[in-house]
Amino acid sequence: MSNIETLENISFQVRRDILRMVHKVNSGHPGGSLGCVEFFVSLYFNFMETRVPFEMNGKNEDIFFLSNGHISPVFYSVLARKGYFPVEELNTFRLIDSRLQGHPTTHEGLPGIRVASGSLGQGLSVAIGAAQAKKLNNDPNTVFVLLGDGELQEGQNWEALMYAAAKGVDNLIATVDLNGKQIDGTTDDVLHMGDIAQKFKAFGWEVISLKEGNSIKLIIESLSSAKLKLGKHKPIVILMETEMGNGVDFMMHTHAWHGKAPNDEQLQNALAQNEETLGDY
Amino acid sequence: MKQYTNQGSNDTRSGFGDGLTELGKTNPNVVALCADLIGSLKMQDFINENPKRFFQIGIAEANMMGIAAGLTIGGKIPLTGTFANFSTGRVYDQIRQSIAYSGKNVKICASHAGVTLGEDGATHQILEDIGMMKMLPGMTVINTCDYNQTKIATLAIADFKGPVYFRFGRPKVPNFTTPELGFEIGKGILLNPGADVTIVATGHLVWEALQAAEVLEEQGISSDVINIHTIKPLDEDIILNSVKKTGCLVSAEEHNYLGGMGESISGLLGLKHPTPIEMVATQDTFGESGTPAQLMTKYGLDKNAIINKVHQVIKRK
Repeated sequence: MSNIETLENISFQVRRDILRMVHKVNSGHPGGSLGCVEFFVSLYFNFMETRVPFEMNGKNEDIFFLSNGHISPVFYSVLARKGYFPVEELNTFRLIDSRLQGHPTTHEGLPGIRVASGSLGQGLSVAIGAAQAKKLNNDPNTVFVLLGDGELQEGQNWEALMYAAAKGVDNLIATVDLNGKQIDGTTDDVLHMGDIAQKFKAFGWEVISLKEGNSIKLIIESLSSAKLKLGKHKPIVILMETEMGNGVDFMMHTHAWHGKAPNDEQLQNALAQNEETLGDY
Repeated sequence: MKQYTNQGSNDTRSGFGDGLTELGKTNPNVVALCADLIGSLKMQDFINENPKRFFQIGIAEANMMGIAAGLTIGGKIPLTGTFANFSTGRVYDQIRQSIAYSGKNVKICASHAGVTLGEDGATHQILEDIGMMKMLPGMTVINTCDYNQTKIATLAIADFKGPVYFRFGRPKVPNFTTPELGFEIGKGILLNPGADVTIVATGHLVWEALQAAEVLEEQGISSDVINIHTIKPLDEDIILNSVKKTGCLVSAEEHNYLGGMGESISGLLGLKHPTPIEMVATQDTFGESGTPAQLMTKYGLDKNAIINKVHQVIKRK
């Protein structure tokens, strides 16, 4: 089996995990989670140098922050499948006394999480701080952060963009999930953000455009291309165009599944489209 | 016996700056961040000696709080510096999610608190910050009273693990505590022993409380004057032991009575030892331009206000 086939197999299982998690508690955010499955799987199973068991300080390993915390299902599934915590614990998503809170948190001590997120617009600043700590520690590893596109409407991001360029934070790879959708509709309808690539460039960032953000092959190519640009005094962003709900036909091409769980019948339909490859939890 | 002597005037923010300079020499994990107020926060010496451990963020306080949270992940101990207003109200959600809820070891160092910021007026004078910060689960809240205490508190918070809100001020005020008194987070300090009334003060009001106690002494009223520098967690024992002796209490702080130290003490007394209490604090109002001394008088935050409240509370015993 080729490397990409292996990652695709993991992706099938991660989609099943996401769907079953949100279905069980009839809440959570499947759309954006499904749109980023290939990215998370590529990052954690192919690209980042990480250590299990988890250490908060993340010294001499690559570290990842999720800024748009509502896509916690994909994060939790990938962390569990990577071995940070038992996959059975996915069963507790959003339940009382769980470490798998609706939005990711360090508060309950879930391995793999380094900061709480959910209130939007804060993750890039935190990632920049962690990147600067790595520099002070002469730690050669990289900091990754994922942001949503709707989230760019939060002003703190633009403070962080200006700062990262001014200070040459070049051990950081940010990725923006451009799925073009937010709760109230398309990002263009809710608050048109103009040319996002031009905005990042104007702020002094190195921009990599990834038109097919659900292609594992192209994600890895973009990440590899980003890696070559590290250490050149400019922060790097991958603008990754994804399809919300990817891998489940009726969840694609709509923002209806941003924060809505499938019913029993819809779950069966969705699972039938995604083979059980690693064993359901 | 009195535990204080006026050693001349200095500003609490210089105590912070000098404490930070000392930390630069003694603790390699300490880093400092500032949002375009280096001079006001007295950070220049630290910066000169540790240029790589200083982060000029620019006028972007939200970003500063996030970066501070991130720096802790590499084992750093970040001290953020800006005015109290921009350290709290402007960035409440960043502190709440990225620092407090995430349990990050960030020290939010906030100068120019209260009306004594002076002429810049109410846009810059925050009187609500203690309330906002003490409401956050896990946040330690400290308000120091003079140069010496602010300097040793700066050293203490760097050794303490967990998020801290550290509040101090702008004007030069009497420097009256001695380093020998020490600084233990969560422990109040009895500065003057008495039997008739308990006066609990924090920040710039501590000196006013001591001055009030001297006047009251001449009037035949002896005051237990307690300095509460750590508003959260509150030193319940020192307060309860004192009121069991005196039977009444006056609190004094440069903050709104809603959400301040007096409110915390009132809650403590109500729950554990009901006792008459009067509060010297601002009365749910914004400040305004003026000199620090004028504003302290106008907003009832001085020696005379404390004396009046002592007379009132003694009648309620």
